[in-house]
Amino acid sequence: MNGPAVMPGAVIGGYIVEHLVHRGGMATLWRVRDPRNATPLVMKIPRTGYGEDHAAIVGFEVEQMVMPLLTGVHAPRFVAGGDFTLQPYLVMEFIEGPSLRERLDEAPLPADEVANLGARVATALHDIHRQDVVHLDVKPSSVLFRASGDAVLIDYGLSHHHRLPDLLAEEFRLPMGTAPYISPEQVLGVRSDPRSDVFALGVTLYHLATGERPFGNPTTLTGLRRRLYRDPVPPRALRRSIPLWLQEIILRCLELDARERYQTAGQLAFDLQHPEQVPLTERSRRSHSDGWLTVARRWFGALGAEPPPQRPVDDHLSASPMVMVAIDLTEGIDAMAEALRRAVQRVLQTEPGARLACVTVLKTSRIGVDLQVDHDGRSLHVQRLVELKHWARPLRWAPDRLTFHVLQAPDTAHALVDHARNNHVDHIVIGARGSSTLRRYLGSVSAHVVAEAPCTVTVFRLPSPRAQPIDG
Amino acid sequence: MRTAILTDIHANREALEACLAYAARAGADRYAFLGDLVGYGADPGWVLSAVMRHVARGAIAVLGNHDAAVLHGPTKTMNPAAQRVAAWTRGQLTQTQLDFLAALPLTREDGDTLYVHANAWAPAAWGYVEGTMEAKRSLLATRCRYTFCGHVHEPALYHLAEGERVVHFEPAPGVAIPLGARRRWLAIPGSAGQPRDGVPAACYAMFDDAQHTLTYYRVPYDFEAAAAKIRAAGLPETFVVLLDNGRRP
Repeated sequence: MNGPAVMPGAVIGGYIVEHLVHRGGMATLWRVRDPRNATPLVMKIPRTGYGEDHAAIVGFEVEQMVMPLLTGVHAPRFVAGGDFTLQPYLVMEFIEGPSLRERLDEAPLPADEVANLGARVATALHDIHRQDVVHLDVKPSSVLFRASGDAVLIDYGLSHHHRLPDLLAEEFRLPMGTAPYISPEQVLGVRSDPRSDVFALGVTLYHLATGERPFGNPTTLTGLRRRLYRDPVPPRALRRSIPLWLQEIILRCLELDARERYQTAGQLAFDLQHPEQVPLTERSRRSHSDGWLTVARRWFGALGAEPPPQRPVDDHLSASPMVMVAIDLTEGIDAMAEALRRAVQRVLQTEPGARLACVTVLKTSRIGVDLQVDHDGRSLHVQRLVELKHWARPLRWAPDRLTFHVLQAPDTAHALVDHARNNHVDHIVIGARGSSTLRRYLGSVSAHVVAEAPCTVTVFRLPSPRAQPIDG
Repeated sequence: MRTAILTDIHANREALEACLAYAARAGADRYAFLGDLVGYGADPGWVLSAVMRHVARGAIAVLGNHDAAVLHGPTKTMNPAAQRVAAWTRGQLTQTQLDFLAALPLTREDGDTLYVHANAWAPAAWGYVEGTMEAKRSLLATRCRYTFCGHVHEPALYHLAEGERVVHFEPAPGVAIPLGARRRWLAIPGSAGQPRDGVPAACYAMFDDAQHTLTYYRVPYDFEAAAAKIRAAGLPETFVVLLDNGRRP
């Protein structure tokens, strides 16, 4: 592989090399220019010389396979690739940053700042998981932010695509990942679990919130294997000012058993966006890591541990859907609300892993000041919240998978669709009222939601009695 | 250029028609038929005429062991039912069709690509590529980067990088798999006319040699009609059951 020398001014694959952006262990990154197009671009070139890491080359092959398949704002846009016959390279859009790595220097950061950054990264992860990809190397330097604030995941050299041959899976016997961030199952060689990315993001959140790494930076295989049995010191033991909810979220991400973590990055994003709704468990109150007896028990369990049977990426996501039910409570809990509850019950029966978000909209006028209190001075917002909880009680859904939201907005349909989009909802259940002249004129809320929603929508309608034929 | 690769059609007219229609819609620029055009099924004449028309327009075709059995008599390893069908098939074909079969090569190289029915190490001995060992043996026996073969009826993809082990991959239909230039690839599209992985739908694959991607497809077709014809022709009942189940009974 004696490709052309890479230096400023060189032309590779029709792209003009401008200057070096970054020299990493596996590859170099150059700013390049396409003479036919002014879009800022970067070219990634693997280090393929003598003595270079073999894994770097295969990792680059993996990146060449995965990158062209990724779409959306949360991955760099792939532009072109050159294969190994001449000079291997990848050309993609240049994202200025900043990188999440830069924020690490300011750690510890305030809780709301950690939650805000974390929610944006979790949203990006959920998006690439939905595209059948597990990143497997999530860390601050793999995250860039666009000017819009959207997080972008870069560096797919260790990633796994559920529908493509995994070039890394069978070739390397050693765990692959970055030591401080690697999940216990990755230490065992599992490469297909999206919850590994949730773990790595948990390490990042821990670091941002406390200024310390939860598992240090092990440099030996024995050190890495501690990941299988040693839980971290709870964040609040390091910084008392960290709120209970943030400790709850971080420790849930860092559960050694993937089944105890957030099952999807979308659920993690949801909790980071709604701290007040995070159910606090024993995790939030923990003041020290587990005692020697528990750890010793886990240590014995970890001896000769084999990875559990694996499910494909999309299985994890579809087994833990986010269901949102939109309830109109302007008439109180009427026949429609009752019927809607039975419809939701049936959805939940088929989706035992679902999280349920109960949403109602408190309409505000577009103009003028709204009085959000009734004539007795009670807050309408609180009243609606109480009604929502009352409505959901008969469902007997697990409290840690149930949330309530009273949205205040002038446009009900718009508010519902926005909420669904921001919270990674997979399925909306909504009722449609019978037709009325006004509705025919304005269009119904459910019709708007069906048209605009980013996901499946089930519209529930009460059976209407057959109309009396009009004599004439 | 996009090449639609069909193999092990086994005289199944319904499966071939469905695959050709799908491939044309998917933008196939040309076709490759990897042998076993006949055997098992009830429409050897129709299938051969269709393949001959495509070959006249530039399609690639190679010889399979069932085709050879029709020409030269069955081999000893062939099961008695298949032997019976081989003899019956010979009676169904015209001299032109038999001449066409007799002229088929065992292998065909096209640039960096090898087309062969069974394997590259001994194409006339009909050894199966059943796992990574045979895949490696085949990959090391050709200078070509890409090998397309049939004989084995289940879809599979093997890859080999220099000095590494051969790895097996079970492809999912409809996904364009990039076949990177740093390794060698052996692809088995799966049988068009007699799938055996439990799914009755016909198999074919599309290779795009500009993008270097390979896409496996499953094409639903009227296997009940094909099965009814086998029964009506008085051919062994086993082959009817095979089509229905997409699996050995």
